[in-house]
Amino acid sequence: MVERTVRVGSSHGLHARPAKLFTQAAAGSGSSVTIAKAGGAPVNAASILAVIAQGIDHGDEVTVVVDGGDEQRVLDELVELLSTDHDE
Amino acid sequence: MEFRGTGIGQGVAVGPVVRMAERLPEPVDRPSHLDPAREEERARASVSVVADDLQRKGAQAGGAAQDVLEAQAMMAEDPTLMDDVVKRLADGKTAERAVYEAFAAFRDLLSSMGGYMGERAADLDDVSQRVVAHLLKVPAPGVPNPGHPFVLVARDLAPADTALLDLTQVLGLVTIDGGPTSHTAILAREKSIVAIVGAADASALADGDTVIVDAENDLVVQSPDADAVAAAKERIAERAARAAAPITPGALADGTAVPLLANLGSADGAAGAVELGAEGVGLFRTEFLFLDADRAPSVSEQQEQYTRLLSAFPGRKVVVRVLDAGADKPLAFLNDAEEENPALGLRGIRALRHAEVILREQLTALATADAATDADLWVMAPMIATVDETRYFTDLCRELGLKTAGVMVETPSAALIADRVLGVADFASIGTNDLTQYTMAADRLLGTVANLQDPWAPAVLRLVAEVGAAGGRLGKPVGICGEAAADPLLAVVLVGLGASTLSMSPSALADVRASLARYTREDAERIARAALAAEGAAEAKQAAKQAAESAPTPTGTTVP
Repeated sequence: MVERTVRVGSSHGLHARPAKLFTQAAAGSGSSVTIAKAGGAPVNAASILAVIAQGIDHGDEVTVVVDGGDEQRVLDELVELLSTDHDE
Repeated sequence: MEFRGTGIGQGVAVGPVVRMAERLPEPVDRPSHLDPAREEERARASVSVVADDLQRKGAQAGGAAQDVLEAQAMMAEDPTLMDDVVKRLADGKTAERAVYEAFAAFRDLLSSMGGYMGERAADLDDVSQRVVAHLLKVPAPGVPNPGHPFVLVARDLAPADTALLDLTQVLGLVTIDGGPTSHTAILAREKSIVAIVGAADASALADGDTVIVDAENDLVVQSPDADAVAAAKERIAERAARAAAPITPGALADGTAVPLLANLGSADGAAGAVELGAEGVGLFRTEFLFLDADRAPSVSEQQEQYTRLLSAFPGRKVVVRVLDAGADKPLAFLNDAEEENPALGLRGIRALRHAEVILREQLTALATADAATDADLWVMAPMIATVDETRYFTDLCRELGLKTAGVMVETPSAALIADRVLGVADFASIGTNDLTQYTMAADRLLGTVANLQDPWAPAVLRLVAEVGAAGGRLGKPVGICGEAAADPLLAVVLVGLGASTLSMSPSALADVRASLARYTREDAERIARAALAAEGAAEAKQAAKQAAESAPTPTGTTVP
């Protein structure tokens, strides 16, 4: 199990398109992935509704936990996705 | 079979019917007679079919729509949602009910968060309807996409549905509810969709029926014979040729100029209107600057927008209506009181007078934009009922440096004392939608009284004639800026009643231009008299048609 905390780079936060890109990647990773907002409970990162419902905004810190599969590579990819601004 | 409704515009369309499925009722909360595992299988099968379908539509659509549709596909198969569904199934609910409840719970959560999440709530609702429809083995609600051009038949369209209409596929539109001033009608006019609204009996039409949608004659023909189809196709070709004809200034056959102007709701439409031959702007609505705002925009914000608009029409007339808030478009900072009858409440000039600083700021921004550009700016106030209100507005305009100040005639009161109103105002512009609503005492947004919402009503025409005559006597211009001006035959009647300019959705300009060119002023007056003398709206239209047919064809003009 590996985890990392990262700041969300998308200017509109983790809603709409960025949320879709992130959950698509999490669902397709073959690992079990959770995401948690600072101080919040972790939710299934493959669930677009759970992710959107976190109300994660630009600049929020989130912690991603990857369990199983190619953990390190999956974590790197997801962190990269989260820190990129997809709303440019 | 033939069905009558109200035609929007002059177009004709032929094609196969596709019906828009109606919104599903809420699934009944009754115990399932299947065991939860079997219900879960059903639910999983349906979400998977719906998700695949959304994915496929996304791939077809491409662009931004693809992202939305793919996100919806993921919502359909969302694991958190499915956990919730399974939990509800364990309580003995049916798959339909469990899916409905689980989506509704998420929808409520998202809409309570507002903003971006709130917008997703509508997407979620749509997915929920699709899954429940699949479980029930009924067509999914919403605008269908059969993959070929079609005539859409619907009870009525929600604004969200109309935004999704693929105009390359929708040949025509028939609604069962709704009147000529409903939002669907306004949209159809704006986008030049051939439409018949309020065709109550059209519910008899079924998927796959061939129909002719004949907006000019207010008629939907079910299963027409080959001759009728050929005639309709010929008319479609003629109309296309007319739209491609060179653009000339609006005029009657005898050369009398009738400037054709555009109704615009934002500065963005200006270039398109000029392209379609608009000789200026007859109604610029300023509400867009104020809606979605919890405060009035600043003078400089407004000035920038007005400058952008005026710059598009150098040397041309641009008529700007000051903020028309209230009734169906309340603004938090202007109308704070609950009103039982908002259409008869504190709206238009009444609301502005109540909050004069907003009016002063708007007029100041307009005067500054006017000074910086070459357009000929006219300003007018909405919902004028008295001479006192007219004087209040025109005095304020002059104080703030605006040259031309007029009023909208939307109340029967203003029409009946038009000679006195025009003694004070520089011009009048008749808003036929509201004038019809107030004359007939029929809410323009209410489908049940849509039959009364017809600007052909002789009472409405009579009021237009009052204003036209007063304008003629006093030498003051009288324009029309309601939807009535977009009806090519009614446009001739309005000119015959004394209107000197006509303003409409730019898409209607070509048809109205062609229609005016067929009649002299004398013809127009005769056609108007025939309509005025009729018993009712339908008879007035019929009488005008007959009078128009007996008009001699002007030499040198080809009748389309």
